Amino acid sequence: MTSTRVEPGSRSDARLVAHQLRYDLLLILRDPQSRFFTIALPLIFLVIFTSLFGHDTTHVNGHKIKFSTYYVPGICTLGIIATSFVNLVITITAQRESGVLKRRRSTPVPAWVLIASRMLASAILALVLVAVIVVIGRIAYGVHIPGSTMPAFVLSVIIGAAAFCCMAFAAASFIRNEDSAQPIIQAITLPLYFISGIFIPTSQLSSTLKGIADVFPVIHLNNALFKAFDPATTGSGIAGKDLLIVVLWGVAGLIIALWRFSWSPQSS
Amino acid sequence: MRTPGGAPATEAALGSGQADASNVVIKVAGLRMSYDGFEAVRGVDLQVFRGEIFTFLGPNGAGKTTTVEILEGHRKRTAGEVRVLGEDPEHADRWWRSRVGVVLQSSRVEPQLTVRECLELYAGYYPAPRSVPEVIELVGLTKRSEVRCGQLSGGQQRRVDVALALIGDPELVFLDEPTTGFDPSARRSAWEMIDGLRQLGKTIFLTTHYMDEAEALADRIVVIKAGAIVAEGTPATLGGRDHAPYQITFSLPAGVASGQLPHTLGPARALDQSGKVMIESEQVMATMQALSSWALEQRFEISDLLVRRPALEDVYLELTEPPK
Repeated sequence: MTSTRVEPGSRSDARLVAHQLRYDLLLILRDPQSRFFTIALPLIFLVIFTSLFGHDTTHVNGHKIKFSTYYVPGICTLGIIATSFVNLVITITAQRESGVLKRRRSTPVPAWVLIASRMLASAILALVLVAVIVVIGRIAYGVHIPGSTMPAFVLSVIIGAAAFCCMAFAAASFIRNEDSAQPIIQAITLPLYFISGIFIPTSQLSSTLKGIADVFPVIHLNNALFKAFDPATTGSGIAGKDLLIVVLWGVAGLIIALWRFSWSPQSS
Repeated sequence: MRTPGGAPATEAALGSGQADASNVVIKVAGLRMSYDGFEAVRGVDLQVFRGEIFTFLGPNGAGKTTTVEILEGHRKRTAGEVRVLGEDPEHADRWWRSRVGVVLQSSRVEPQLTVRECLELYAGYYPAPRSVPEVIELVGLTKRSEVRCGQLSGGQQRRVDVALALIGDPELVFLDEPTTGFDPSARRSAWEMIDGLRQLGKTIFLTTHYMDEAEALADRIVVIKAGAIVAEGTPATLGGRDHAPYQITFSLPAGVASGQLPHTLGPARALDQSGKVMIESEQVMATMQALSSWALEQRFEISDLLVRRPALEDVYLELTEPPK
């Protein structure tokens, strides 16, 4: 044998994640579907809802706030789910069915590097999108930006992104082909947006609907982001119970993903 | 490219010089694989030697893809011994993966990356990759290197596939139906490229549905049917092809039936309605002389005359024919 054995160490593994991350981000940004549904659509929702109802007021947790202040964290929730869940499910299903994942697993790159990089790409995209939403809210609609509760807000974004990424790997394992990924995921998320206070304050919903929403993680991520964003919040602004439920959903997703996730095409 | 029939590399591969243990790249003994009670692979034995183009043939559902996936480390087996580059692919580590290149049967390349970006991404996975421009040159895509993969033709995308399998400078390359869907000229240049890999000293494990591809490239052919090996040989010897009687086919003039041929020629089989007939012969010259004497005597013109051993395709179809 002429070749010499080169053992990649853990330091080069970190470099490998950075290498993969660069291309994962490039792939998302170059994909027209990702650009529209993941990046543009949350911003369009922000502009539509805030323009229509922004100057009205609503009651949340017993105090009066402007709808624009209500919608910014709501659209942030939508943005996190769009980047970490919807986009991730659709892209990894497509990559799995087209054989891209299987081919990558034929190379020496470790599975965890591919997963970590793709989750990081979604999380980075989520953070940037949330920042853009907040800045647009401030500039266009004069929405207050949190000060002392900013760490709680950022923490909630990161926990939400990580948990929904785990759920995405679990959800993708149930979808057999790439054509059904988009409709299935929209069918899951759209109703949840409506009952979880993203578009309509939950105070306007029946207790049955609210009871259903409470089971799922969307309303809890929304609550956590709202608490950290609400100017009336005092203290750290960390919604411990809501974040815990989001984390539990993430852990459940992770366990299902570890058990079921496949690198090989499922249709055919 | 080697001419069909002539097989200098074959003799070398089978000769005592190459068959010793250090030159065995793949060794499979008693491989079995069952899915839910159905036995897809039932006791397969194989050996692949360093530097040869080993061709694995078999109809769909014969256990070909299952076997290849086990060798690539993508599938666990039910029973049997498997050694690929000295290791069990089921427990293969990163070092092993860096020595094996895989072109999967059906896979698309990342449509949003250019050819160069795609190769740079994969080059980053390997401890000692080849140079990206060099590999792009090798698969003949230098002029297309800045084009996004999604805009390439099917044949060009398949070349990117092959390039991705070569970027890590592997010792062994699996090519699973590499030219399916190619037009004839794209297939011809793909063959030249695969033959070029042999020149680089790579060991190639090729599966294909095209007999002309096997004939043009293979040093050795193994045929699998219903999960078991049914034949092994070179393109020239497979299924006793080199011992089979010659087939003499020709067209009779209009109005002349095959029954009019002299009985000394043996039984003549009409191949179609247009007067094309075939006779089998162990002694070609004697048969030809009898045929031409008869034709000259009768003042007939014999056309489309062809003398050959049974085609590889005929041998293959006979070997893989379902039981009647």
